[in-house]
Amino acid sequence: MHLDALKPGQAAIIDRIHAEQALTQRLHALGFRTGKQLEVIRQAAFNGPLHVRIGSTDVIIRLQDAKAIHLHPLPNQTESIPA
Amino acid sequence: MKRVALLGMPNTGKSTLFNRLSGASARVGNWPGITVDLMSAKILLGGHIAELVDLPGLYDLHGFSDDEQVVRHFLGHHAIDLVLIILNSAQIDRQLSLALQIRALGVPAVLLLNMEDEAKRAGITIDAQAMSKQLGIPVRTISAKYGQGCPEALQLAAQTILQHPNQVTPETIAGKLEMDNVIEQEMHQIIDRTVHFPLQLNHSLTDRLDKVLLHPWLGLPLFLLSVFLLFQFIFTAGTPLQDGMAWLFDNLRSAALEPALASLPAWLNGLLLDGLYTGFSTVAAFVPIIVLFFLVMSMVEDSGYLSRAAFLMDTLMAKMGLDGRGFVMMLMGFGCNVPALMGTRVMRSRPMRLLTMLTIPLSLCSARLQVFLFIIAILFPPSQAALVLFSLYMVSFATIFITAMLFKDKFASREPFVLELPPYRFPTPQQIWMRGWQEVKHFLSRATKFIVIGVVMVWLLTHLPTTAVPASPETWAGSIGRFFAPVLDPIGIDTELAIALIFGFVAKEIVVGSLAVIYGLQGDALSHQIAANIDWVQGMSFMLFTLIYTPCLSTIATLKSESKSSGFMWLSLAWSLALAWVISFLFYQGARALGY
Repeated sequence: MHLDALKPGQAAIIDRIHAEQALTQRLHALGFRTGKQLEVIRQAAFNGPLHVRIGSTDVIIRLQDAKAIHLHPLPNQTESIPA
Repeated sequence: MKRVALLGMPNTGKSTLFNRLSGASARVGNWPGITVDLMSAKILLGGHIAELVDLPGLYDLHGFSDDEQVVRHFLGHHAIDLVLIILNSAQIDRQLSLALQIRALGVPAVLLLNMEDEAKRAGITIDAQAMSKQLGIPVRTISAKYGQGCPEALQLAAQTILQHPNQVTPETIAGKLEMDNVIEQEMHQIIDRTVHFPLQLNHSLTDRLDKVLLHPWLGLPLFLLSVFLLFQFIFTAGTPLQDGMAWLFDNLRSAALEPALASLPAWLNGLLLDGLYTGFSTVAAFVPIIVLFFLVMSMVEDSGYLSRAAFLMDTLMAKMGLDGRGFVMMLMGFGCNVPALMGTRVMRSRPMRLLTMLTIPLSLCSARLQVFLFIIAILFPPSQAALVLFSLYMVSFATIFITAMLFKDKFASREPFVLELPPYRFPTPQQIWMRGWQEVKHFLSRATKFIVIGVVMVWLLTHLPTTAVPASPETWAGSIGRFFAPVLDPIGIDTELAIALIFGFVAKEIVVGSLAVIYGLQGDALSHQIAANIDWVQGMSFMLFTLIYTPCLSTIATLKSESKSSGFMWLSLAWSLALAWVISFLFYQGARALGY
């Protein structure tokens, strides 16, 4: 599962980031790292960018770029997230 | 002289700190090999004058974005004695990596943890001493916004420089920049040992505001409403000020300058008063609006709402090869193109910034609005006036759209759209004032030269040769009008209007006045004369051309200085001229073909 499939209100753990180097670096710098938990807060209208919270940081990211982030479900509430 | 570089992540209050430390002495420095403006200032450090350089905000030193390249180039080519690293205390868990990267370079550094107040409110406590011990770098918490800890930070910086008398050569740094990767682990260790996070961060106020302002359906209307109210404020408050300035300059002219210069030869008198003085006062009349605009802008920019507007508009803008921030700048362009062009500095990717700058001159600014109101009142009955004006705004939007669609491949930006959403912040009045003042100074120094020279040239064109009646077809301007006749006749623009267009090239504010000079009439007589000379189709064609052909000299000068490329300025100029002609031609010939 990738970040672009996560719905508002859902949380998951970052599995790995698979993007070109520049985007990977940018995401790292913003706090996206393997093993960290993130949550989608909301999505803009017309299939717009996602508002994602990771640690103490809020980030907006286009769906296209969100594809680069591979996720796995939270350990204790697997059922709330579609695989 | 010692040189200190100020370095930090975006949204950490770096510029606020720079403004606070530098006071009014900041200037744009010229650094070989670096294409962006770097501000620097002379500051007093431990009893000696030192140079403080404000480097662009960046997330890390790896060098993939333009800003990161600039910082790497700077560090690798210019000797520095100290790096002041500024980080956001509330996000220290991920920002500390930058400090570790700097430390790895071996440059003496001092770490400043800013937004102490914000971190406290979020329940974060930082043991600065323990962190300093772990890092091996002096650490100090400050609040750049309120000034707490700033004098102590400077002392710390002075001590650190004294302890490291030998400069690290730029070559060494350049070498080390190449191998800067294994930092993550150490960062986690230090954070775990020195920072205590509360279980739940206090996001509540920002969250509650976001729930309304970023609402999927309400967010956009609310945003447009706030922008509209801000414009309303700028112009409601700015217009009386602008009128006041105009009144002041008129009185200065009639009471002091005209009597004082009366003894001069007529041509010199005309050149000084109608040329230079008109030019100067045109620029000066801009000032109140510019000041207000930047005061409001710096408030919006620092508040965190701009990133949220970008979030709301991004989907639509993406189709035009732009992103959400470009939309905000275009809206600003409807007030005045100049500050909107300067505002594109928030964009990190150069192609995207250039594409946005290409569209901004097509925004129907308030100066053009003035011309349209004048012409519409003459040529259209009141029942149609609002519709005509509305259609001009629609044309403005359409030209922006066409331009972006046509040029989006040429200025293709590969930069992904990943943007940090900072919490809402309320900038202090002092912060707003300092920011606004910097921008105004910048604008004045540039615009003055440009407009004054332009106005003098137009005056000469319309007054030479001396045997001709000023602004008549016999003048050089008239000859130019005739020269362009083959191009302008097909779009219905006669010689008189062509001369007005030449004036309009300098600033649209002059167009209405120039028509008065050209026809030698004022008030109702002028209106009747114009209505007798041209019909509504010609008038509309003239307005379309005025809307698109070129904003004004200030805008062109700003295009050049902001893009740092004459080629880009010429491209923008040529494109808008061509687009203006084609649209006017299609309209004029189409209307004539339909029998109007």
